[in-house]
Amino acid sequence: MDVAPLGISAATLKSAVPARRCPVNSGQLLAACRLAWEQGGQLVALWATDDRDLQRGFCVRVLLRDADGFTLLEHTLPDELAHYPDISPIFPVANRMQRAAFDMVGVQCDADDQRPWTWQAAWPIDRFPLRREFEASPKWEPGQEDYAFVQVTGDGVHEIPVGPIHAGIIEPGHFRFQIVGEKVLRLEERLGYTHKGVEKRFEAMPIVEAHRLAGRISGDSTVAYAWAYAQAVEAIAGVAAPPRAAWLRALLLERERLGNHLGDLGYIGNDAGLAFGLAQFSRLKEDVLRLNQRLFGHRLLMDAVVPGGCARDLPPGAASELRAQCASLARELRVLRDIYDEHAGLQDRFRNCGCVPRELAVKLGLTGFAARASGLPEDLRCDFADTAYATLNVRRATRQQGDVAARVAVRFDEAQESLRLTDLMVEAMPDGDVALSLPPITASSIALGAVEGWRGAVVIALESGPNGTIRRCHAHDPSWQNWPVLEHAVIGNIVPDFPLINKSFNLSYSGHDL
Amino acid sequence: MLHLLRQIVVTGIKTEPAPSAAEDMIVVRRLQKDILRTLGRALTIRHVDAGSCNGCELEIHALGNPYYNIEGLGIRFVASPRHADMLLVTGPVSKHMAIAVQRAYDATPDPKLVVAVGDCGCTGGIFGESYASLGRVANVIPVDVEIPGCPPPPTALLRGIRAALTAHAAAGENAKE
Repeated sequence: MDVAPLGISAATLKSAVPARRCPVNSGQLLAACRLAWEQGGQLVALWATDDRDLQRGFCVRVLLRDADGFTLLEHTLPDELAHYPDISPIFPVANRMQRAAFDMVGVQCDADDQRPWTWQAAWPIDRFPLRREFEASPKWEPGQEDYAFVQVTGDGVHEIPVGPIHAGIIEPGHFRFQIVGEKVLRLEERLGYTHKGVEKRFEAMPIVEAHRLAGRISGDSTVAYAWAYAQAVEAIAGVAAPPRAAWLRALLLERERLGNHLGDLGYIGNDAGLAFGLAQFSRLKEDVLRLNQRLFGHRLLMDAVVPGGCARDLPPGAASELRAQCASLARELRVLRDIYDEHAGLQDRFRNCGCVPRELAVKLGLTGFAARASGLPEDLRCDFADTAYATLNVRRATRQQGDVAARVAVRFDEAQESLRLTDLMVEAMPDGDVALSLPPITASSIALGAVEGWRGAVVIALESGPNGTIRRCHAHDPSWQNWPVLEHAVIGNIVPDFPLINKSFNLSYSGHDL
Repeated sequence: MLHLLRQIVVTGIKTEPAPSAAEDMIVVRRLQKDILRTLGRALTIRHVDAGSCNGCELEIHALGNPYYNIEGLGIRFVASPRHADMLLVTGPVSKHMAIAVQRAYDATPDPKLVVAVGDCGCTGGIFGESYASLGRVANVIPVDVEIPGCPPPPTALLRGIRAALTAHAAAGENAKE
């Protein structure tokens, strides 16, 4: 995206993917968003920072992504009374991010929807956790809020409230269904229940140790987060991880993708009434996790990626074990795919269920594998490939239908592709060290990390403070994009199909609530 | 259908023997005489995510896979705390979940067992106590057994769950004497 015609100057933003940062006034902010939208760009994230200690007021940051890479728009607000323009008419996905930015930092947006998003009465509504003077220590008793849900009225319309504690072994959140008969007229999500002060916690951790926290933002995406965080630290330090570490990270990321897709394929089958699918896929996933434990010391691969490289190299004999597992899983996956494909009952539930047509996906900014199932081919591993991915040429998995069947198909494709990539990586991985020691981290530097996790692009925006501290760390989960799409995907479907549709996306609560 | 049946036969039975109970995870021995009689051998569990990162949930899920086959041990996850003998609670308790956790506890019939899962559930973990987090589960509701780990692997979960039962069985025996 060329922002020069808008009178905006751009400087390079330290990042492993092509990225620029641009100071903008409110008019330029809107103009740049509009231009990005017209040229096929999307909003990735929006967050705010308290810079009053530097006599710079507050900064609202808007991260856009297009074919050229990432563009970070930085809009300064002189004080807490100042407003910034509502960009949700251009990018609807901005709505919740703008509300969360107010809850956390107290920067005001011109939007009509002024309901809180992350805030649920755990602290006074006129105090903002990410302001410098806010004490992170416990102080207030949890309260209860009265959230203004939208209610549908009319003959025979009723409401089903669900959660925060759900009926399965899943994360907490609240859903309000407006129903006629069995048909869903409207779904409204209320998230924020797992908000545990992650961003504030970052600011109390040394910058070279906080990869452990990043790796616990969403436990199913620990590699993606830790890698994105490590990218940002390395970009600030001006170093690149050793080539072998870069390959090893990609291998770990594909193991994570594989494990999650296998697990979800089982649960999706189960939610459509095929318990056989859950038994089979959960067995395969367990095989993956056990080998992870043996080779990398952790079943979910936590703390395997560290700033500067990886925590450990492959042990002797790992290559043959990995390749043997890839071969056997590829074989099993083909058998199970045939069974899923030819199972009439399953296909009847999958097809035309939870549809997200391409136009809707574009309008709402759908991302990750769900976007690829709706005909949007974005994938950081292909679009901005480096190291292993550039060499191996990742095959994009796409479908056009945007229904549960399409998301299942993409997951099958991607699981197979992860196996193919792992097999090749083991073979082609360069020799050498897997970590380097980092130079001292310079203060007041900002950098971006972005990794295509199994769910979609995970982004870390990191700002260093003095003496190896973190000034601000914003973590972005692709679930921010996809949660609002889920509300649309269920419209017109029947209530019993909700778990199936929900599982086909399997969005993160913890990664979203922070 | 033939493919499906063949796959079942080819896969065979993968279930492994269950690990022994972990006495060291028991933090409280409550002496309630009717517990053993009430529970018998079967156990129903209501899982509550009180603010975890989802890592513990993945490992709790794994308990259901054919290798651990938790249902084969007579242990079942249920949808309502009213049907549960045990609450399996993960995460640091976020302030936003505190009321829901308390209500789930209140809704669980006596004698209720509470097992805190993971480093966060046991100590608050990396998130600790803050403006948004109340820290360990025991800060909010009484806890019988703590299963550390980040996340604890399925075998540790099984050992902890069985430890909770052992504790209650012992309590039952003591009561008889």
